[in-house]
Amino acid sequence: MNIRLNVRLRNRLLVVPAVLGLSLAAACSNSSSGGGGSTGAATLSGSCAKYQPYAGHAGTKVTMFASILSPESDSLEKSWAEFSSCTGIKISYEGSNDFESQLPVRVGGGNVPDFAIIPQPGLLAQMVKTGKVVKPPAQTVANENQWNPVWKSYGSVNGTFYAAPMSANMKSLVWYSPKAFTQAGYQVPKTWADLMALSDKIAKAGANGGKPWCGGIGSGTATGWPATDWLEEVVLGSQGGDVYDQWVSHKVKFGDPQIAQAMQTVAGWMQNPAWVNGGIGDVKSIATTTFQDAGAPILTGKCSMLQQASFYEAQWPKGTKIAPDGDIFAFQLPAVNPSVATPVEGGGEFLAAFSDRPEVQAVQNYLSTADWASSRVKVASGWVSANQGVDKSLYTDPIDQLSANALTNPAATFRFDASDLMPAAVGSGQEWKSLTAWFAEGKSIQQVSSDIDAAWPQ
Amino acid sequence: MSSQLMDRQPQPSEAPLPPAKAVRKAFSSPFSSLLVVVLTVLWTIPTLGLLVTSVRPKQDVADSGWWTFFTHPDATLANYHTVLFEGGFGVSGGLMPYLVNSLAISVPATVFPLVIAAMAAYALAWVPFRGSDTLFFLIFALQVVPLQMTLIPLLQLFSGGAHVGGATIVPALNLSGTYAPVWLAHTMFALPLATFLLHNFISQLPRDLMEAAVVDGASHFKIFRSIVLPLCTPALASFAIFQFLWVWNDLLVALTFAGGTPEVAPMTVRLAQLSGSFGGHWELLTAGAFLSMIVPLLVFFALQRYFVRGLLSGSVKG
Amino acid sequence: MLLTGATQLAGSGSAGALLADSGWNDVAVKLGNSVGAIAGFLGVLLVVFFAAGRATGRFGRPLAIGIFLGPALLLLLVGLVVPLVRTVFLSFYSDDSKRFLGGKNYSWALTTDSVHQVLLNTLLWLVVAPFLATGLGLLLALWVDRMRGQTVYKSLIFMPMAISLVGASIIWKFVYDARDSAQNQIGLLSQTVIWLGWKHPPNWILSHPLNNFLLMAVMIWVQTGFAMVVLSAAIKAIPDEVTEAARLDGAGGLRLFWYVTVPMIRTTLVVVLTTVMIVTLKAFDIVRTMTGGNFGTQVLANEMYSQSFVQFNVGRGSALAVILFLAVLPLVGYNIVQLRKERATR
Repeated sequence: MNIRLNVRLRNRLLVVPAVLGLSLAAACSNSSSGGGGSTGAATLSGSCAKYQPYAGHAGTKVTMFASILSPESDSLEKSWAEFSSCTGIKISYEGSNDFESQLPVRVGGGNVPDFAIIPQPGLLAQMVKTGKVVKPPAQTVANENQWNPVWKSYGSVNGTFYAAPMSANMKSLVWYSPKAFTQAGYQVPKTWADLMALSDKIAKAGANGGKPWCGGIGSGTATGWPATDWLEEVVLGSQGGDVYDQWVSHKVKFGDPQIAQAMQTVAGWMQNPAWVNGGIGDVKSIATTTFQDAGAPILTGKCSMLQQASFYEAQWPKGTKIAPDGDIFAFQLPAVNPSVATPVEGGGEFLAAFSDRPEVQAVQNYLSTADWASSRVKVASGWVSANQGVDKSLYTDPIDQLSANALTNPAATFRFDASDLMPAAVGSGQEWKSLTAWFAEGKSIQQVSSDIDAAWPQ
Repeated sequence: MSSQLMDRQPQPSEAPLPPAKAVRKAFSSPFSSLLVVVLTVLWTIPTLGLLVTSVRPKQDVADSGWWTFFTHPDATLANYHTVLFEGGFGVSGGLMPYLVNSLAISVPATVFPLVIAAMAAYALAWVPFRGSDTLFFLIFALQVVPLQMTLIPLLQLFSGGAHVGGATIVPALNLSGTYAPVWLAHTMFALPLATFLLHNFISQLPRDLMEAAVVDGASHFKIFRSIVLPLCTPALASFAIFQFLWVWNDLLVALTFAGGTPEVAPMTVRLAQLSGSFGGHWELLTAGAFLSMIVPLLVFFALQRYFVRGLLSGSVKG
Repeated sequence: MLLTGATQLAGSGSAGALLADSGWNDVAVKLGNSVGAIAGFLGVLLVVFFAAGRATGRFGRPLAIGIFLGPALLLLLVGLVVPLVRTVFLSFYSDDSKRFLGGKNYSWALTTDSVHQVLLNTLLWLVVAPFLATGLGLLLALWVDRMRGQTVYKSLIFMPMAISLVGASIIWKFVYDARDSAQNQIGLLSQTVIWLGWKHPPNWILSHPLNNFLLMAVMIWVQTGFAMVVLSAAIKAIPDEVTEAARLDGAGGLRLFWYVTVPMIRTTLVVVLTTVMIVTLKAFDIVRTMTGGNFGTQVLANEMYSQSFVQFNVGRGSALAVILFLAVLPLVGYNIVQLRKERATR
């Protein structure tokens, strides 16, 4: 432990002045196109030995553009810090909350990053359509056995594999307070009927003005996405995977009775005035509450449950004990229709490359390995890999363990977030807008679904 | 109403008011002064809320309105410390690199359009040629082009150069990662308004002075440098303020042409990122927002006396 | 364990010192770059001026015109004219710019309900925000100049101009935020009406059509200072003789204002109004950051942006852009007519 730390430290101290000199030189010569001083494929030794396959590109730089922001992005950068210092490939990371509109602008304008971490397979398909996405090198493709085939298919467009899956998140979770549940004598519900009965019970008890559910779909320009998750959970949990797949490909339209029925279920759940919006306001307040703020009332007891994905863990204040017997924990959202076997809705991120320079391919290869995934898991909790080569015992956080188990459960009905799979005009446009209007303005289900269907690209 | 009557029958004993003041007097009364005070207070309150919020501890910000600060004062500078110096926002050195970037972007992006527009305005006003009027109006009309639609073509130009058929007209400039694309873009977008405003001012310069200079044999370049520029200082200064404020506060152009890395991104881009990832941390966001206001305010106060002589005074007939 | 901690601390300490060092280097390099660019730019100009100043005779004049106008025209051509033509072109094509659609994108824009709402909102913005901002600015310009401490008032009212719209949206969150009446309010507006006796104020940002006006208030808040400063300068520039003559004719305060002051500053008024209108039409930051265009507050500029860049409906987005600049064109036309008139009288 001590030795490794010292090596790393020495490396860092050596690297800092070098980087400084480099950046100064670059700044002075302004637009010199980074002369790759041929240091040759030096043999890496010591703790660096394991990066030998990626050696030979010292002094190069690759750029990466993504939607992941600090503090999560800090963990990412830490996870490849050792790789960078050993191989000398600098990874220049940029996160933006305007990623979904900035990426097309930059790709359209020819100012493409080397990598983009794309969370929506729909957006990936759009990018592939521009012809700028480069097929991954053989080594990355060879890592395919690391992923569940279905994950590889989400990183593929028209059957061609483009982007390696990176992280995976579990969306079918309900956050609650185990302490408050124990105190009130509530049981964690195992079926949808139990869940509804429990909600009713909490609403009737109405302890200190509380309600069973809270929610928020505000997210700046992406306002509305949490509502798409609710609808997806219900569609998957009530109609099963086949209907879900047809819905994604628009063979089953939003106006279809099966989807309309699912919307009715959502309305009875998250638009029930007696059930929401605990500690925040009325049903409409869901539309103006940011998703980050939505769970806060659980800590004060004014709200009992929040449906949000595993990454919501980062939103709880420091010092909150997240454990099966702690202040906060989560249970898996049960299937609406008991005949659907353990529905699990997930999301994830995919690494697409826009360049085939050797150093870019080296990074791409490295980031598709289980080694890197393990390194990321070790940096900080709140991150589950889609890579099956990661030793599950590495997950120290109970929510990560819960998610990792659910995502790799062979018996589960796993599906990717539908709105992320749909074309952007719907999945990151009209569906967000219309579902927001559904909550905020009380538009009818018929109106909402016909608006969305009308926006589907011909 | 009563003041109007008073004006019609001026008291002979009163010294006559300067006329400009008479107009103002008609509009002034204790009532109007009160309204000014009320409006000023209304205009200031939101910003005051920002300042107060930025010195409150996190829990207070989330639980109670900022105005309760005055009854339960509990101030801390920790938010500013976190924002400025700590890695609290994930970057060593906090907001400092972004502040520097903002400055390094704003100053050239103010100087370039100012000089280029002044040159164009001078030519359009004092070196008339066939169609110069039409050209002036066309330039003015270009104000209507929505900025958003120019992003992709400009990016293509900066990264790929310009080609007609097989011939390269402008080579790929390879400017990404430098400030140059942002400077250029801001210069282009500022030109229509700048040319228009400066033309208004420059065309009103005394004709005799210009003619005398021509008689003395001065070239247009000499006239521009030694007569036009010095006489235009107030107009240049007031436009400089607006351009500086616009560039400093711009988000879209910077985001598209500079990106979000600490090497080139300005404060606004960083603030927008922060409000995304720190949705809940209002105390830090407000501190960051307040810091981003300080430089433009300093610029405004330093240059505001030029407003007395006015941005558009040239457009008033005299 | 303790030892590890200490090593780590020492390590991070020295790394910190290095970072601080590189920080100052960084500042010097960055500012050096920008000062260097300015110096280079001015230097080149000086050399060109000096060289071209030698040229006399037949070529002197065209050369001067070319050098003075050339840079501006080139930049305008590349930066604005070409994109404008490209947008018009795209608006007649399908999203991949391969199929010619004729006016289909336009008929979509003019027949879709959600776009009607957008057009209506845009019109509302166009009428309300510029006139209120200019009107308030004019009144303030008249009132403030004779008050003691006018600099203080002027500066405070101008201050919002110095705030980015990202900052403004953070500021106004603390005005419009609404919570359940059982909780402490953190939005000033809600708290104020509760103090005034309204027990259950609405969720402001959701209350259509009120929310449109609440967003406009932000724009007015920002732009009034601009109008005030410019108009105040224009009023001060009216020559005393003009007003004096009118006064001798017996014109009183209000009449003096209406028949002398307003006509004298009319050009300035029109320019201010147009500038604010154009800013209003193009501004999408306020709507984008505060509601994201939801709750019936969408405006043209934001709809165009999200159609083009988020939803990949490039053709539709371009058609909206063309509609947007067709809408502003009459304003600019009116300005030009005014300017021509004024030139004719000079």
